[in-house]
Amino acid sequence: MQKVIMGNHALSWGALLSRAEVIAAYPITPQTEVVELLSNMCADGDLDAQFIKVESEHSAMAASMGASAAGARTFTATSAQGLALMHEVLHWATGARLPIVMGNINRAMAPPWTIWTEQTDSISERDTGWLQIYTSSIQEILDSVIQAYKVAEQVYLPVMVVLDSFVLSHTNENCDIPDQKKVDAYLPKFNNEYKLDVNKPAAYGGLTGPDWYYELRYKIQKDTERSLDLFVETGKEFGEVFGREYGLVETYKMDDADTVLVTSASIASTARPVIDAMREEGHKVGLVRVRVFRPFPSDLMRKLLAGRKKVLVVDRNISFGMSGAFYEETKAALYNVKSSPPMWGYIAGLGGRDVPTNVVRDMIDQTLSEDHPEGDIIWIGVKK
Amino acid sequence: MKYTIPEQEIMCSGHKACQGCGAALAMRYALKELGPRTMMTFPACCWSVIDGPFPYSSVGVPLFHTAFETAAVVASGIRAGLDARGEEDVNVVAWAGDGGTFDIGIQALSGTTERNDNIIYVCYDNEAYMNTGVQRSSSTPWGAVTTTTPPRHFKKERKKDMMAILAAHSIPYTASASVAYPEDFIKKVKYAKSIKGTKFLHIFASCPPGWRSAPELSVELARLAVQTHVFPLYEIHEGRYYKMSMNPKKKDIREYLKPQGRFRHLTEEQVAHMEKMYDEKYEWLLDLAERSKPYFEAKKEK
Amino acid sequence: MSDEIKWTKESDMPLMAMSLGRMTVNKTGSWRNLRPIIDKEKCIKCGICWKFCPDVSIEIDEEDYPVVVLDFCKGCGICVVECPKDAIKMVKED
Repeated sequence: MQKVIMGNHALSWGALLSRAEVIAAYPITPQTEVVELLSNMCADGDLDAQFIKVESEHSAMAASMGASAAGARTFTATSAQGLALMHEVLHWATGARLPIVMGNINRAMAPPWTIWTEQTDSISERDTGWLQIYTSSIQEILDSVIQAYKVAEQVYLPVMVVLDSFVLSHTNENCDIPDQKKVDAYLPKFNNEYKLDVNKPAAYGGLTGPDWYYELRYKIQKDTERSLDLFVETGKEFGEVFGREYGLVETYKMDDADTVLVTSASIASTARPVIDAMREEGHKVGLVRVRVFRPFPSDLMRKLLAGRKKVLVVDRNISFGMSGAFYEETKAALYNVKSSPPMWGYIAGLGGRDVPTNVVRDMIDQTLSEDHPEGDIIWIGVKK
Repeated sequence: MKYTIPEQEIMCSGHKACQGCGAALAMRYALKELGPRTMMTFPACCWSVIDGPFPYSSVGVPLFHTAFETAAVVASGIRAGLDARGEEDVNVVAWAGDGGTFDIGIQALSGTTERNDNIIYVCYDNEAYMNTGVQRSSSTPWGAVTTTTPPRHFKKERKKDMMAILAAHSIPYTASASVAYPEDFIKKVKYAKSIKGTKFLHIFASCPPGWRSAPELSVELARLAVQTHVFPLYEIHEGRYYKMSMNPKKKDIREYLKPQGRFRHLTEEQVAHMEKMYDEKYEWLLDLAERSKPYFEAKKEK
Repeated sequence: MSDEIKWTKESDMPLMAMSLGRMTVNKTGSWRNLRPIIDKEKCIKCGICWKFCPDVSIEIDEEDYPVVVLDFCKGCGICVVECPKDAIKMVKED
């Protein structure tokens, strides 16, 4: 079925098609429409789920843990302050190995109050062990929720599907709502092997000393690494079943690219026409859109970027005292590679500052005009 | 042998509770009545450690250890998860200390209670943050010494009235209990099991190291607390109707205070002040119980 | 504590910290320095000592007498105080 829907509703549809059984969420702009539609879907009987109207995001994630531990497929959504409030419980969900899927609408952190897009909220959670998918179209949002469950339930790790506030959450695009039967075949009912079970009573999360905690963390890392291949496999299968394939990254005009723009989310969409225009002018530029950020696809990034002349990374997030996360991690992945190109790290679009094509063009132009980046961090368009 | 409480043991020996631990007794009794079709969640509290280190457990039922603030809402989540899968006959129990109930856990508890989620919440109250070394909580009674309320600055705030706070959410059942009266506690657990909605049980659990009292006196102190009217045993139905579980002839509060090091510093004047405080509260409860009589009478007739 | 569950490597372990055994491996009887002795002559088989033991360390035998489970009894002394007939005394552990 074809439907023009907003980004937020794509999350709701993804949860509905994945047959989420428990939804526990707390409203926050710009996430509210996600849960409002889910609430209606439950009330109309289209979605057979328990809807817990919790009193905070911390509780939203805690309730999600309880439901997931009991074996139910669980979904929630939040943004910025809400995600930050969940922080402690995000760690808990990972350690408890719970395959929860959450939509996070990237919103800049307060103060000052803001509702516009920035990735710092989800980037701040990159250490929690949650897998992260950065989307750049309404279709991808819906599809990623379904794929997220498929990966989560194989590695027993939680996954967040991330989208830009307003630019994606509140814009409308034509979207294919997949057939429920096809989704059921792709994503069958889940039987959590480790769920709370009165027939197999066990305590989960008991005190663990230094002699064995380390190994439990090793397991999480190993399963996170395993998810790299799973994302590719499940993404390929998605292509076979639904006609849309997803990978760890999305490449554009990369075959003979000398200069590569690495970015994510909606800035990547804006970049494509810029790449086209510059190609017309004879510049050999290409684009890598990082889709799966956790686990970071280091091997793939090395394959794609080693040997190129120049790489510029555009981050819509910042770690004060360092720079942008996609830049840091791309640099780190390429560090030991002999033919690693010089890399420029730009910060753009914080707090929802618009990043139109001319700004993307400016960044690529700046990189083309320099042999080496001037500093560890490059700000674009600061009013000075 | 005529057992006055269920014979079955669900909790096993070998747990890490201190000698004479009231919290261990409370769990033993609760599980006897709850039975094996029970799932529990503990926030940070003594029981996080008492249950035993990975890979062992002593409660004998599925247990999800969770973050400090979250016991009530994790229980709500477990219930929703079970309901979604059609397993509605399992007891879902949040089991927390006074810290995780009165203080850091109160927001989630209020949320769960306001939604009237179908869980049993048991607060075993040893009147301080015992697991981290006896720091005061809002459940610590007036006059008590803890590591954050030393004798020269003993706790001058009254114990928070959790029963009243939860009754204000109009839940079907709120009840206090004491480890010295296991039959009464078990009866209350049984009633809680039989109805839907949020049920809150507040059980007085002696703590020898925290209270600086002898381990062998744990049950006696839990009895004296009730007999001196310091910790009355009562129920609140539907948030409005009060029923005294017992109305013992008042024993001298000094009998209760004397064996506990945490009260040793009190002057006679301060003890008299405490006594007055508890007497007033007790009178107020009796009054409410009197006014609630018609409700229970009508219930009996049905 | 006699470790009944022993691992040598990561792959032996469950996926997360999930218990695999009961705490009965932990013989808390080693904690005590005083041990309860029950005088069967004075005992009226009321079961109160069984009822108030926080460690499930008193069992009732076929004759309805209480028996202390020495593997686990921590020597807290609650049974001594609660016995209505003073039928239990604490003695020093050797």
